[in-house]
Amino acid sequence: MSARSRPGATAWLLAVYVFLYVPILCLIVFSFTAGEITTQFDGFSLRWYAELARDAELIDAVLLSLRVGALAATAAVVVGTAAAFVLARFGRYPGSAAFAGMTTAPMVMPEVVIGLSLVLLFTHPLFAFLGGRGVAAIWAAHTTLCTAYVTVLVQSRLREMDRSLEEAALDLGCPPFKVFFVITVPVIAPALMAGWLLAFTLSMDDFVLAAMLSDPGSTTLPVLVFARLHHGLKPEINALATVIVAVVSLAVVVANRAMLSAQRTRAAALRHAAGISPGSVSAVTLSHPDMRR
Amino acid sequence: MKRQSFFLARGRFWVGMLPWAWMLLFFALPFALILKVSLSTPELAIPPYVPPFVMEPGAVLPHLRPDLASYRRLHDELLALGTSGADLQYLSAWGNSLLLAALTTLLCLLIGYPFAYHIARSREAARNTLLMLVMLPFWTSFLLRVYAWMVLLDSSELGLVNRLLLAAGLVDAPLQLLYNAGAVLVGMVYSYLPFMVLPLYANLVKLDQRLLEAAADLGARPWTTFLRVTLPLSRRGIVAGSMLVFIPAVGEFVIPDLLGGGDVLMIGRKIWDDFGPNQDWPMAAAVAVTMVLVLIAPIVLLHRHGRNAEEEQ
Repeated sequence: MSARSRPGATAWLLAVYVFLYVPILCLIVFSFTAGEITTQFDGFSLRWYAELARDAELIDAVLLSLRVGALAATAAVVVGTAAAFVLARFGRYPGSAAFAGMTTAPMVMPEVVIGLSLVLLFTHPLFAFLGGRGVAAIWAAHTTLCTAYVTVLVQSRLREMDRSLEEAALDLGCPPFKVFFVITVPVIAPALMAGWLLAFTLSMDDFVLAAMLSDPGSTTLPVLVFARLHHGLKPEINALATVIVAVVSLAVVVANRAMLSAQRTRAAALRHAAGISPGSVSAVTLSHPDMRR
Repeated sequence: MKRQSFFLARGRFWVGMLPWAWMLLFFALPFALILKVSLSTPELAIPPYVPPFVMEPGAVLPHLRPDLASYRRLHDELLALGTSGADLQYLSAWGNSLLLAALTTLLCLLIGYPFAYHIARSREAARNTLLMLVMLPFWTSFLLRVYAWMVLLDSSELGLVNRLLLAAGLVDAPLQLLYNAGAVLVGMVYSYLPFMVLPLYANLVKLDQRLLEAAADLGARPWTTFLRVTLPLSRRGIVAGSMLVFIPAVGEFVIPDLLGGGDVLMIGRKIWDDFGPNQDWPMAAAVAVTMVLVLIAPIVLLHRHGRNAEEEQ
């Protein structure tokens, strides 16, 4: 496109970013109000942050969400990595297409449908051994949903990785499970990390599954927030939103920095390797101490 | 070597076992249960339905007694279409959902395409930051982003948009901005825009600049180049983005509940209400079955596009 259209392009980008950020900025600004109303600024105060810190119910919900999120993300990385292996390495076998559909379907199914189907499972008399609705049910639901995302991420990494490293190790007599942990895992580590983080945020943010599968003792943060939104708006919710935005922004910036520096170290290591010894041997010796850090 | 392949085969079996078992138990089986419950009779019990088949003592095969009442309800509404005064709550909820999802997709495309295009055409160093700025709101709580619109669109004279309009003298009294289809549409476009932008960006950033230069050299005007080169080449991104917005938008529950109030009934909310307050699980299950049937076509379309894109690379 010519230089003529540049101002238009900038204006469009700016307008969309304004659309994306103005609602969030409003939440942040009004979290510092001294009054009771979420849309009127009655002087600066940290009153609502103090209320937030005293709100035991909310803190419990945050802790539960963090716990469920971490457990679901970890389980999703384990199940998802195994599923990615099946999809990327096992080729075609009877049922392989069904498996491919099953692992990725939770990503595109409406959450209400997944939630309903899992409620039917957890309330079914035959499956009472699963413990019924509650924290474990929410964990299982989140793991199922997040597994789909982890599978897609890990699978694409597995497909693009250089198999010759694994084959060399196997030829040299390394047992398969050791090959997996010593060679494959370090190579796919970035995908595992990204998958874990994505799964964690998905679980932290999910309302529909958690609400359908919760019992009175298992109120996650989104379930609590949703209930409070129905009871009327209070600046305390704004304070909560501000804290979440701050934490997430910080995490994203740090993760981005870490990824960039890892890339740079890796590039430097490869350049270094190319300088001393040519061929794939250098890749074997250098790619994984670097990744393991 | 033999020993190794033996371990490989055994190892493969166990590696495959875990995700297969998990997906069968927590995905395939629950879906079979939806089908079963949709053919059940509602009853005041725990769980609140009578299954469509029972094992009588001594019998080899279960005794079948499917109850088609839930499907008949949906079917009757279809037949009653056009009759005045007919109760069409499910059909109108379906209509609202499809219409709002289609409008959301269209608006996301109209806003997101030029947006993704200009990000893809910006300096390489800036792209990463620009994309991260799209993702950032997406990582923060979805519920709280919807809540932000409740604050902005508040219908009293204290609502932020209303205060702006009143201050500018554009209106004399505060407008009813919240609890209508417009508010739901704004909330959905806001929440789903990143789903449209990301696949479009991924597609547009790979576009071969030389094709555009060739078109320009051959005398094509910028708009002609766009319509005949860029747009056809980004078809995959458009389809992927549109499906990623349309599919979840059809089943959306939270946004119509918080921003739509009682007036905007969408099909995701009907499932929720039948499941929750109405305690009619067979009806909820039957509606869920119709939802899966309706969404199968877009899901297959998305899946096929994803696979073709993979093979192209």
